[in-house]
Amino acid sequence: MTETKTTYERREALADPIARYQRMVEIRTVEDTVNELFATGVIHGTTHLCQGQEALAVGLASVTRPDDVVTATYRGHGVALALGMTPLALLAEIMGKTGGCTGGVGGSMHMSDPDIGLLPTFAIVGAGLPVATGAALAFQVRAEDRVAVAVFGDGATNIGAFHESLNLAAIWNLPVVFVVDNNVYGEYSRWNVTTPVEHLYERASSYAMRSAVVDGMDVDGVRDTLDAAVLHARAGGGPSLVEAKTYRFAGHSRSDAAPYRPDGELESWAHRDPIGVTRSLLLEVGDADEAAVAAVEDHVRTDVRAAVDDATAMPAPDIRAMFDNIWTDRPTAASSTGGDRRA
Amino acid sequence: MPRKMRMNSAIAAAIGDEMRADDSVVMFGEDIAAAGGPFKTSAGLLEEFGPVRVRDTPISEMAFTGAAVGAASMGLRPVIEIMFMEFLGVALDQLSTQAAKFHYLSGGTVSVPLVVRASVGVGTGFGTQHSQTLENWVTATPGLVVASPSDPQTAYGLTRAAIRNPDPVILLEPRALYSARGAVETDDAGIVPLGAAREARRGDAATVVTLGRTTSVTLDAAARLAEDGVEIEVVDLLTLVPWDVGAVLASVSRTGRLVVVEDSPVTGGWGGDIVARVVREAFGYLRAAPFRISAPDAPVPYGKELEARYAPNANEVVRQLGAYVRTGYVPDPWWVEEGVA
Repeated sequence: MTETKTTYERREALADPIARYQRMVEIRTVEDTVNELFATGVIHGTTHLCQGQEALAVGLASVTRPDDVVTATYRGHGVALALGMTPLALLAEIMGKTGGCTGGVGGSMHMSDPDIGLLPTFAIVGAGLPVATGAALAFQVRAEDRVAVAVFGDGATNIGAFHESLNLAAIWNLPVVFVVDNNVYGEYSRWNVTTPVEHLYERASSYAMRSAVVDGMDVDGVRDTLDAAVLHARAGGGPSLVEAKTYRFAGHSRSDAAPYRPDGELESWAHRDPIGVTRSLLLEVGDADEAAVAAVEDHVRTDVRAAVDDATAMPAPDIRAMFDNIWTDRPTAASSTGGDRRA
Repeated sequence: MPRKMRMNSAIAAAIGDEMRADDSVVMFGEDIAAAGGPFKTSAGLLEEFGPVRVRDTPISEMAFTGAAVGAASMGLRPVIEIMFMEFLGVALDQLSTQAAKFHYLSGGTVSVPLVVRASVGVGTGFGTQHSQTLENWVTATPGLVVASPSDPQTAYGLTRAAIRNPDPVILLEPRALYSARGAVETDDAGIVPLGAAREARRGDAATVVTLGRTTSVTLDAAARLAEDGVEIEVVDLLTLVPWDVGAVLASVSRTGRLVVVEDSPVTGGWGGDIVARVVREAFGYLRAAPFRISAPDAPVPYGKELEARYAPNANEVVRQLGAYVRTGYVPDPWWVEEGVA
């Protein structure tokens, strides 16, 4: 059996530094597991993994509330798990099973759990930014102290949706935090080939917007920086653009082995692996000893294995599932009797 | 008591009535607040409801369409205005790929009660990039409701129904009709339900299915045909997705003939779906081949006489329908008849 904590409990647990480490390990383990399941043909389609970007996901989840709203991307497994989605709901979704977060109709790119503030993740680059902006508009119109957060990659800063959304959020002073997860690569292209500025957070200046930059491999730094941006938005101070410098240890997608990386780049970033960094820090400051950390890691491995087993045992969705939830309420005329007049 | 008003005022009245009834209704778009809208379809709303609920946006269709999707996901009921349907092109992702998928991808937990109003069509001399109807940009995505009013009353009634609908609705407003005047019932009795067609004229010679601007064109043609004793039945679809199959089939079962009059070009036009469905469901009732009267496969031209010929006009509808009813054969469109294309 997998662990039985609710998504809310999983979210609240992140107040604790060991739980944050545990969640980061969980994300890494799930992503490695998904990679294996694809490689062995258990899962079909494609997947976009986020090894190396765990600190941003967990840091973000630990400074936002479940009633805040997050838009994320097709590289969204980490954010979903961090916000509280269980490995079982996530793995079952990727395996196309009934117990998946959308019941198996979404797949790897479409993680969704509105109860923890996760709108269906976006498979179109940049598409989440206008939506987060609009969620923030709703909070402002209703005078609620909720915040919307858009997480997106470096590649998204070159699409119109980024610029239009920052502009709109700025002129309306909306409670939204734009978080660019700069993992160095937009699909197969290194950011410097596609982008003329050194630091993406500087793009905020075009919109007279508050901005910040943070080492995205450092979960505590991410927490501090995002907490400030979220509180600023919550207090009515308006939007921020936060750049987190991370590194994508995986290729763009399942079929990409990333042969285009410059020599030594992967190795140099590996020294800053957020999981290694956090582990060392926990031991160094004495939050946990080696045995405790190892126990956490074992627990995660056991838990993820159990989730895979449970998901495997789940049935595939009934064929009728493809017709569910297209409409909330499809308009019909009293006269619309459909195909009853065959001649 | 019905009041005489123009179609643009009827739309503003409908939005105002819904905003008064429901605090979650908001409106935004380009020049819709302080200026009351380029076509005065939101005149007076800023003054009555204030700048929190009625907002001018930058020229950023992608951002404000997406913002409407996000706001609707959080429970507001945004009405946005796309000044010319073509401007939706830069925002289509947010409608087709996001708004239409949220309910599906959230396991039915998120709804997107969003209204996108866009002005469409020929007749106002705006040229080739501001005169298309482009229904097929939005009809092929399950999850979107598409409707088009044909006069002030249906504009009022469909707008109110659209704002109350729990899923995204695209209202295609025939720009040429904004200044058309008519009596409008402006209370709840004036609401026009989505999904139901309207019998705009009763007749037995043929069922003629219309939408938006082609309804008035066809009604003009029908009056002229009646002088020659040809009484056609005009079924104004009003809602294009999902269209009222039952109403069309019932009419065809009486008349035995089907013609669709549409403003879009031949290829990919919505009339093809109507004809295909009727052939499949009611072949045995048909006494003649069904066909479509449409625009040609060409961009909308600017020159006044060119534009007047481009989309179906009453002369062309009279010519084609008259020949069809008289002979039972499907006539050629004018550009084939005249050998120009």
